[in-house]
Parts: sequence; structure tokens; C-alpha cells
Amino acid sequence: MDLKGARTGHGSVGLESDDLLRMYRCMLLARKVDERSWILNRQGKAAFVISCQGQEAAQVGTAYNLRPGHDYVYPYYRDSGITLLLGQTARGQFLSLLGKKEDPNSAGRQMPGHYSSRELNIVTASAPVGVQYPQATGSALAFKMRGEDGVVLACGGEASTSGGDCHEAMNFAGIHDLPVVFLIENNAYAISVPEKMQVAGSIYKRAEGYGFPGVEVDGNDVLAVYEAARDAFERARRGEGPTLIEARTYRMTAHSSDDDDRRYREREEIEGWRQKDPIIRFEKYLEEAGLLDDESKEEIAASIKDEVDEASEYAEQAPYADPEEAVERVYAEG
Amino acid sequence: MSEKSYREALREAMEQEMERDESVLLMGEDIGVYGGTHLITDGLIDKFGPHRIMDTPIAEGGFTGAAVGMAMMGLKPVVEMMTWNFSFLAADQIIQNAAKVRYFSGGQVEVPLVIRGPNGGGVQLSAQHTHSLENMYGHFPGLKVVSPVTPYDVKGMMTTAIRDPNPVIFLEAGALYGTKGEVPDDDYTVPFGKARVAREGDDVTLISYGRQVNLCMRVADKLEEEDDVSAEVIDVRSIRPLDEETIIESVKKTHRAVAVQEQWRYFGVASEVAAIIQDKAFDYLDAPVMRVSGAEVPAPYARNLEVAAFPSEEMVADAARRALYMEVKG
Repeated sequence: MDLKGARTGHGSVGLESDDLLRMYRCMLLARKVDERSWILNRQGKAAFVISCQGQEAAQVGTAYNLRPGHDYVYPYYRDSGITLLLGQTARGQFLSLLGKKEDPNSAGRQMPGHYSSRELNIVTASAPVGVQYPQATGSALAFKMRGEDGVVLACGGEASTSGGDCHEAMNFAGIHDLPVVFLIENNAYAISVPEKMQVAGSIYKRAEGYGFPGVEVDGNDVLAVYEAARDAFERARRGEGPTLIEARTYRMTAHSSDDDDRRYREREEIEGWRQKDPIIRFEKYLEEAGLLDDESKEEIAASIKDEVDEASEYAEQAPYADPEEAVERVYAEG
Repeated sequence: MSEKSYREALREAMEQEMERDESVLLMGEDIGVYGGTHLITDGLIDKFGPHRIMDTPIAEGGFTGAAVGMAMMGLKPVVEMMTWNFSFLAADQIIQNAAKVRYFSGGQVEVPLVIRGPNGGGVQLSAQHTHSLENMYGHFPGLKVVSPVTPYDVKGMMTTAIRDPNPVIFLEAGALYGTKGEVPDDDYTVPFGKARVAREGDDVTLISYGRQVNLCMRVADKLEEEDDVSAEVIDVRSIRPLDEETIIESVKKTHRAVAVQEQWRYFGVASEVAAIIQDKAFDYLDAPVMRVSGAEVPAPYARNLEVAAFPSEEMVADAARRALYMEVKG
């Protein structure tokens, strides 16, 4: 879709109107949970926030191809759009943000944004970037060894491709034709360092060297991302091996709540990208396709606001773990 | 029961566990047709095939990370580090990930992973192939760390390691792969966190693990012959968890202790042992706890230089004599 939302109909990528509205709602929920998280941080209630804003289309478009609890996903710390789509909740996100006992990811042990669910096959991410890629290849190899048709989605920003782990993983995935989809959400910044100081040449073109396809996609076009990811997942399920997707997008917030991005980028640049906000673009598309009007838009927004209000209120009221629990769950019994 | 080498005992443990549990697989550099650079996996590819005896690219971080990803899905990978020195390249996967996944998933996820390989020196491979990493890995909660020295223990502890649902750092006495001992043919386990009294004695306790246990045994004989001293030797064998009780009980009996390690003096296992003894048996001590350690140099190549950089019989014997307020001879 272009900036006005126009593109070929969604029917061509095999999605029904219900699918589109579900994707839209999830993108908006991720955005609103994120915005509320910043408020909780500025109120002194949340120690640390790391954002998904601007990357919701890349996340939801890709994750719409995952079978929850069957495929595996190694999200990175911005991927709340993925985990919400898979079935994690706004309430869980806030419980995690506030480090409460009921935090579904780690019971208060790990920073926000490090999602973990045994039930949904969401693997807790390393805070140092890029480390998830080798692990993802191991999980993909496990699927292959067992003769199962599971696919592993491994995600990261463009800077996570700079270290050796990414190369080692893609080499290994290529050697064994593993059912893994690498999603690089190229959001243009690694904290303060811009892409031109981070990436030599092109990320997606590197796939050719490993012997598997690499594709570049407009990461703010949820349908284009869905289509590229669908091809990658289908390829993986057919046993034909990995795909590297580079989704070009933009980090609309500072790196984290500990960062002041005025030190390294102009406000005009951010404003320019706000015009390309993936949620606004998708709204325009849905409106043009007759799937969304002012009334239904307000209805969805109101229901999300209720959900976010209820979730953040619940999380604020929820108890912290007893301090004695800090020493528990280090080792497995047996 | 039959006589087997340390290498054979180790291989047998892995082979029997692979027969018992099809989720067990081995991976590492040159472990397939080549049988491993130390021949630990010799012949196993013929029996289990290349999918369970998997050669990896030379990419320690990559294949250790892959093993973490396999273990999280319920496979039980046993990863060979060609030598533990190469594990620095995989340290992030081991320390930052394998050791923390259970905690950071709030207890949801287990990582039943064994990483094994030769540790320590003594075979003229110089400093980039000669580290004793038991204190480094022993420092991190979430890991279990063992360092067996006898063929019996290496088989029993490898079986325990593979059956353990946590990441296990398995530090083999690389210089002793050819040493022999009596080893049961059937499978058995040697528990972690339980030290072995390798030799009973009354006058002084020599505490060590790995290759240095054999040194302590020779020193105990020497002290008996030359000084009429009865030395007890404790093989710690499990670094994390550490069996404090056996050490304390021994020191309460002998009132004197010498901790011996191949690694460097500062911040080593011997320092930890000394701290535990002063903490829990201070009133029983008749002398300060002595430490014997490697020289503060990167391990050199030439045989005579290498020998000079590691603890010697004389150094350990004299440390014991100092603890007994006897005249030193070295």
C-alpha cells in the first residue's frame, strides 16, 4: 500500500476481512499498551520501557503466519506486536512492566520486553542482541530431526546482524536447510547509531551468500509484510529451508526510557516518518476497502482503551513477589 | 566391572545414554568420522549416524547457541568443546543464556544441556589451549560444574550430567584421557555435590579436584614415607554445587588444610575452599589454610617451562609441612 493506503486488494494475499480487522486491532493494542507504558514510566511506576512503536506492521504482518503453540518464536525486545497476536495479553504486558509476581514472562525476574511463554512457544530473548539467532537454528533443527513441520521465527533489529552470532546462525541454517525465518526489523537506529554506520551493503542480500532467499519489504505495510512472510513460512514448511526478510521500518520512540533521542536525530525526521505510521496507513487502507469507518474505528479504539485501562489498573494493584522468591527457579529439579 | 581408560569410560557413558534416550545427541567440531580430536567419540558415528553425532562448523557461539535452542525443546545435546579454552567464544551463550533461561522464564523452561571437553594443561599446548576454568564457570548460578579425575567418576558423572535438567559444565582432565581404572560395564550415576575421600588420613587434609588430585595422592605417599605424616586427600570433583560438609568434617579431624589447584592463585577454587574452612571450622584449625596454585603466567609451551608453571609435589609437600609447622624441604 502507498502512503494513502492504496494497494492491490488483500484478497490477493489470501486474507479475509476478519483477518484484517484482527491485525489492525492487534497493531493498535500494541501501540496503546506501549503509550501507556511510557506514562507509567514518567509517573515513576515503571522502571524501564522499551518500545514497539512504528514496528507494529512488521511484527503483526509476520506473526500472522505463526501457529501459536506449534511454531516457535524468538522475539526481540520490541516485539510486543508479535506476542500480543500470539495470545499474550495487555494485562501480562503491564504485570511484566511493573515487575509483579504474576508477570507471565519471568515472574518479575527479567526486564520488560523479554517475553517468555512455554505454552505459546515464545522463547525469552537475550538482552545483548543477536544471540537468539543460533538458538533459533537449534530449535529449527529439533523440528527437523523430529520430522515435525514447525517453523521458527527469529527476530531482531538491523544492528543484531552486525555481530558474529547472526553469521554463525545463518551459515548453520543454510548448511542444514533449516525451517527458520529470520525477520530483521530495520528501524534505522541502534540506540543512536544510524544504519549507515551499522550496516555495510545490504542485509537481505547477504542471504544469497548463505544459499537461501533474502527479501526486502516495506515494513510499514502490514499486508506486504504478511505476504513476504507467508512465502517464507510456506517455504520452510515445505522443507526448503530458511528465508531472510528485511522489513524497512522506523523506530518512532527513543531507544528506551533511559535514552534521549534529541542527541542524535532531528525532530523533522521523526515527523516525516509519522506520516508513514503503519497504523495510519493501514487505517486508510481499511477505510478505502470499506472495512472501517468512523464509527467502527471509534468502537475499536474505545474497546482497546477499556482493555488498556483495566490491564494497567490490574497490574498496578497486583502484588509484588515476596523477596524470598528472588532465589527460586534458578535450577530445575531432577 | 573391567579396566577402562578415562576416555573409554567417558565414551561409554554417552553411548549408553544415547541408547537409553533417543533425545540425547552429540555435537561439536570433528566428532563425526574423525572421532573427535581426542578420540572421545571414536566410532560413535557408525552406531548412531551423523544426525546424532553431528559435526558442526567452527563456530563455538553458534553451535552452543543452537544446542541451547535444541535443549529448550527437550532434546539433550552434549556439546564437545575441542578444548574448554574455545568456550570463551561461546561464553555469552553459556553464561548469559543457558544459565539464565530457567530464571528468566520464571521457571517455565529447562535447558538440559551438557558441555564437555578437556580442561587444564599438562600436554604442551601453551596458553591459548591451557586454562582451568572451574572457578570461572563455578561462579555463575544456573550452571552446574564438575571436574572428575577417575575413570569411574567420569562415567558416573557424565551419566548424571546427561540426566540432569540443567546446563552442566563438564570439565575433563584432558591430560589423563589414557589413565585406566576399574569401571562397571552397566550404567550408574555418581551424584553431583558430593566430594570423594580419595585417601584417608589424620594429620593434614589435601583438597583438590581434577588432575591435581593425582598429584595430592603422590604427595600423601611422600609425606608418609619421608615425614611420617598421614595425609587425607579429598577430591572435590563437583565444583558447583560444592560439598562443604566433607571438607569441613575432614578439617575438624586433621585441623590442617592445603587446597591445591592448577589454576592461578587469585580468585580461584582454592581461595573459596580456604574461605569456607575459616568460616565453618575456624576453631578447629591449628594453622592457616595453605593454597598451592599455578604460576601467575600464561601457560608456556616448552615442557620444562610448563612443568615449572604448575604445582609440583615439592610445593604441595612443603605447604603441608608448613601447615604442620615442620621444616620445609623445597
